[in-house]
Amino acid sequence: MEGIGAAPRPGSESDGRLLANIMYFARALRAAGLPIGPGKVLAAVEAVRAVGIESRDDFYWTLHAVFVNRRDQRELFDQAFHIFWRNPKLLERMIGLLLPTIAVPENQRGEEMSRRLAEALYRPGEGQEPQETEVELDAAMTFSEREVLRRMDFEKMSGEELARAKAAIQRMVLPLADRPTRRFRPDARGSRTDMRATLRAQLRAGGLLALKRKSRRRRPPPLVILCDISGSMSRYSRLFLHFMHAVANDRDRVYTFLFGTRLTNITRFLRYKDIDIALDKVAEAVEDWSGGTRIGQTLAEFNRRWSRRVLGQGAIVLLITDGLDRDAGAGIGAEMDRLHKSCRRLIWLNPLLRYEGFAPKSLGMKAILPHVDEFRPIHNLESLEGLVSALSRPGPRRLEAAAAWRETG
Amino acid sequence: MPSPPRSVSDTLALLGRGNYVADRSLATAVYLSLSLGRPLFLEGEAGVGKTEIGKVLAETLGRRLIRLQCYEGLDVASAVYEWNYARQMIEIRLAESGHESRDTVEEEIFSDRFLIKRPLLQALEPALAGPPVLLIDELDRTDEPFEAYLLEVLSDFQITIPEIGTIKAKEPPIVVITSNRTREIHDALKRRCFYYWIDYPSAERELEILRIKAPGASAALSREVVAFVQKLRATSDLFKLPGVAETIDWAHALTQLDVLALTPEAINDTLGVLLKYQDDIAKIQGSEAERLLSQVKAELAAAQ
Repeated sequence: MEGIGAAPRPGSESDGRLLANIMYFARALRAAGLPIGPGKVLAAVEAVRAVGIESRDDFYWTLHAVFVNRRDQRELFDQAFHIFWRNPKLLERMIGLLLPTIAVPENQRGEEMSRRLAEALYRPGEGQEPQETEVELDAAMTFSEREVLRRMDFEKMSGEELARAKAAIQRMVLPLADRPTRRFRPDARGSRTDMRATLRAQLRAGGLLALKRKSRRRRPPPLVILCDISGSMSRYSRLFLHFMHAVANDRDRVYTFLFGTRLTNITRFLRYKDIDIALDKVAEAVEDWSGGTRIGQTLAEFNRRWSRRVLGQGAIVLLITDGLDRDAGAGIGAEMDRLHKSCRRLIWLNPLLRYEGFAPKSLGMKAILPHVDEFRPIHNLESLEGLVSALSRPGPRRLEAAAAWRETG
Repeated sequence: MPSPPRSVSDTLALLGRGNYVADRSLATAVYLSLSLGRPLFLEGEAGVGKTEIGKVLAETLGRRLIRLQCYEGLDVASAVYEWNYARQMIEIRLAESGHESRDTVEEEIFSDRFLIKRPLLQALEPALAGPPVLLIDELDRTDEPFEAYLLEVLSDFQITIPEIGTIKAKEPPIVVITSNRTREIHDALKRRCFYYWIDYPSAERELEILRIKAPGASAALSREVVAFVQKLRATSDLFKLPGVAETIDWAHALTQLDVLALTPEAINDTLGVLLKYQDDIAKIQGSEAERLLSQVKAELAAAQ
């Protein structure tokens, strides 16, 4: 195989060259975004020595077995491999090219970090003090003002009110009713005897057998949020992003998806603690802001690509959409049915529900409604708080809470 | 006792002896894992033959197969070890009547005799035929705490039991981990393994698999079956694509029903073997099956 040298013996010159080449290759992969540390490089060298490099194919799959960790890294590895090992001259040019690309992101990150650090150091003096004094001065007014804010529609808020609503959302916690798991914890009033603890305690103390007890550990189920960001929802979508960010940072196993004409998984971006960075990353990733909606198609994509990965272990799904669909409800029914069958509880949040005398008349809404367990408004802080309390209770039986709506629809 | 393979080609031949038709790429990963003593991490859709690798390795290498089926909430008591409490209590009662000192009793009841060994601990025990094959199946079904526990076991091949001490394997077992990727396994664990994604096989390879796994089916029927399944995978918007296991089952089913060549009726009658979701069956049954079948027949005729 050209470019790698003859079969190496440890310590020989060609072995040294191979080692260096594998190291450069690893660096190229790292620059391309694969998580590869020095340990992996050593493992790769060891693996290549074990297999030998008589055939290019074996060499490919040897490096593949070490460097690739996930299915989605396969393409990247494949391209990098073919470019990198095609010809040794190319290699040197590649390295020349690579060095700046490695350097750039590091520089950027450095700048970003220092700017954030500066902001973080600066903020306490400027941002928080006025807020505190405000609270002191308006102590009598705060409650009623907050009350007004709670009921005001997100759509009608001024810039300042929006900012305060966002702050309120950031403070919100979402206490999902937790579920029993199959693990146990020591519990003096538990319903089961913990034989192991009992025996150990007895040996320590001797004498009579005092039973130790245990009970099941409980844990909140995973939460999946599917949020519509089409044109008709645009007034709300920024606030919902704040809401999703608050939820995602409050607990583990939260998966968030945005959809308009296509589906985008933004789970990873919302993990940034800083809301502004998180929103910037989301804005970069999403291409269909305020466009049309293809609910049926995007749900189909979710069902096929993601449902098995995120809906395991009894997940609760929040579907945030007004149900206005460009494709006039085509395909929604079947996909909603599939979604409903794959989760523990499906809750539809609809901002249009605030209008009195609202009836789910559009084709999209009619297609969604038969498959949801609960149907709730989401248009002001009060409704968000209502959602919080609804999720912290076990809730009525499936499909029941939305039953009344199905009759009016 | 068969010796471990010495090269990738050896490994390929070894898997072949176990009636496993593998790509050379998979054989490379298996060989690396065998020769460097690190776990093999297999991911892929359901029914592409991940679990089978562990079984075939155990069989062809003449090793014992120890299987740990993972599920949510899998804990140390069912995966590693547990004490036999009932026997321990009897022992304590006996000791009390015999007036033994407390230290002796403690040493006695926390000894090997009262230890129930579960798969992970069993895998660390020395065996005459050589270290066993430890198959950790569907790791994605467990939760993160168990994954973290596995880290210690898989990197050092040792287990700590507080009452006894640390048990370390003299020779590390051959470890095969499978995952259906219903969730992403943490990088820390994957880093210690050789990774391989098992894809659906090509038509050629699937035909070879059928020849070995379903020898009763005629060559003509096998060709049609494979072509039809490949067509389903390529064109599908199915919720669950049929795996190799389903192809084999289907070939068996058709043979049992004395079907010599695929017909729309035969497909409709046996579609439940191939597709496992009602929506999917409804989508394919009838005219769609007929359309796909006529395409398949035309392509096969053209190829000959």
